[in-house]
Amino acid sequence: MSLAFQASQALPRGTDYLRILPELVLSIFGMIIMVLDPVVDQRRNQKALGTLALIGSLAAIASTLWQARAPGLAFWNMVQVDTFSVFFHFLITTITAVVILTSYEYMEVQQIRVGEYYALILFGAVGMCLMSSAVELVLIFIALEISSISTYILAGFRRRAAISSEASIKYFLLGSFATAFFLYGVALMFGATGSTSIPTIEQHLRSGSIPVLAYVAIALMFVGLGFKVAAAPFHVWTPDVYEGAPAPIVGFMSTAPKAAVFAVLLRIMFQIHAPGRLGLIWVAAALSMTLGNIGALVQQNVKRLLAYSSIAHAGYLLVAFAALPQNGIPSAMFYTASYAAMNIGAFAVVSHFGGAGERYVTLEDYSGLGRRSPVLAAALTLFLLSLIGIPITAGFFAKFYVFSAALQANLVGLVIIGVINSAVAAYYYLRVIVVVYMHDPRDESVLPAVPLELGAALAITALTTIYLGLLPGRVLDYASRSAGDLLH
Amino acid sequence: MLHLVLFLIFGAICVAGAVNLLVQRHPINSALSLVAVMASLAVEYLLLGAEFVAAVQVIVYAGAIMVLFVFVIMLLNAGEEARTGGSRVAILFGIPGMLAGSLLVAWVLITHSGTQEVSAGALPGPPREIANLLFHDFLLPFEVTSVLVLIAIMGAVVLAARPESIEQQKREG
Repeated sequence: MSLAFQASQALPRGTDYLRILPELVLSIFGMIIMVLDPVVDQRRNQKALGTLALIGSLAAIASTLWQARAPGLAFWNMVQVDTFSVFFHFLITTITAVVILTSYEYMEVQQIRVGEYYALILFGAVGMCLMSSAVELVLIFIALEISSISTYILAGFRRRAAISSEASIKYFLLGSFATAFFLYGVALMFGATGSTSIPTIEQHLRSGSIPVLAYVAIALMFVGLGFKVAAAPFHVWTPDVYEGAPAPIVGFMSTAPKAAVFAVLLRIMFQIHAPGRLGLIWVAAALSMTLGNIGALVQQNVKRLLAYSSIAHAGYLLVAFAALPQNGIPSAMFYTASYAAMNIGAFAVVSHFGGAGERYVTLEDYSGLGRRSPVLAAALTLFLLSLIGIPITAGFFAKFYVFSAALQANLVGLVIIGVINSAVAAYYYLRVIVVVYMHDPRDESVLPAVPLELGAALAITALTTIYLGLLPGRVLDYASRSAGDLLH
Repeated sequence: MLHLVLFLIFGAICVAGAVNLLVQRHPINSALSLVAVMASLAVEYLLLGAEFVAAVQVIVYAGAIMVLFVFVIMLLNAGEEARTGGSRVAILFGIPGMLAGSLLVAWVLITHSGTQEVSAGALPGPPREIANLLFHDFLLPFEVTSVLVLIAIMGAVVLAARPESIEQQKREG
């Protein structure tokens, strides 16, 4: 606004572009895919376009690592590159790459046109990356919309299945409603503090008495963001959408957009020192853990079971938000990364095993998988054990750090609810493992071999799950440093 | 005083139009209620001292976008919607919840207005200031919006395409 400032720097500089480089790379590859889609031969372009998308996401990972050396603000205090944003950029771009790997075979088996599919994944990742580095609520809103709209469309990609269109429209209608709540919260926050820039809001709320309007604003923003991470009581859409959406996309949308929204929540809750945080988080975390796990107990469809499990995991993660910032932030970040590894792995198995039209998704279909395909069964078992939180898997340390952070903040009640829930959750995860190994196969037909790309995706997710379960130190240290950067 | 009266009148028209939009069964009637909402919003912007935004609101929303809406309704030949009983959950929880929520927000706004609010004159109104905001301070969100529009178009293309197209192309190729 001030003319003097404008005169000093009228145009963005090179470093400004460096600080949004991963987003630029992803957008450019998304556009190349769209331009090439009609040109490349339809019979061969399935793989070609997927490979291009894979190269794009790898280039984005590389540019994230390069960008990490030049931290700072860009575009007139719109985005901030620091260890916090780099952590989430790395996580989101890696998720994107792995999901593209799991999609190769799936798209061919399901006979789905791929052109827009890969482009939408990349554009969605642009929004998610921006959410993690944006320090301005207006930009966060636009990035949130990019990430949401691309997932609404991707959820409806199984065009021949009515259930997929149902998932898409349900997600779209409820999602737009939730975004409206977020936007209203942003408007009220502007009314309360006169700014939409997060550092300015923080200063304003710190300097004087906190206006009541700010409490309402935080609550409304939490409603919108809580919907996006499938936290109860805003979770009702999750099972239906996860059941209908293509399996690799469920793996994507239960991890990448959630990681991005959790990044935004960390900024709003901790960097702003959100007033009224504790009560909101307490209720949402306790409800999500309980409703998610109880819902999962009675599921027969594996995709629905994992949907309820993802609600429960959003609850465990929210426990970290009620803790003190210095250990709440790192434990939440560690949980996001671990959950991404194990959940994408689980959905990679589901997408391979589902077959054409995703016919085999019920628990009964999984009976005897251990005999029919020992490798797939072993991978699935590893991911399920990690989701339970068994030691030497990522899930163990994720839960451990979250609960110990909560204990240090004297949240004994919440930790008790969480631990009881973890025990309940063990039942339904183990039920899947029992069916896989102890039941006789219903169908002796030979499973299609695991193709190279899917094998690579399974290997990456399984190794990450074990790595984080054996040597969590490095990632946790980095997360702690990011917490310092976020709080400065 | 005149400001307050005008604000209340057009605020009431705006809310009434929005409710009417939901209640009407014929899409054209809903679209016309939307015009009333957009136009009264433009007046509210004017009262806040944002003449340029008010003009844009009339030209773009009440003008261009509404024409598109009406065109689509005509092209689809959309008739009257069937009336459903409505969901019981919505009646039991939705409406009381909405009323409680709006009462809460209204109470907060009424009891705490005047203490921390942003005054109308402090906000940028003239085109010069808007341009500075849009193409300087908020340049990145402005540019990123293009990605948003792009994926929205792609979504329309994807969801409107025929599902069989890949098999057909394989057979033809």
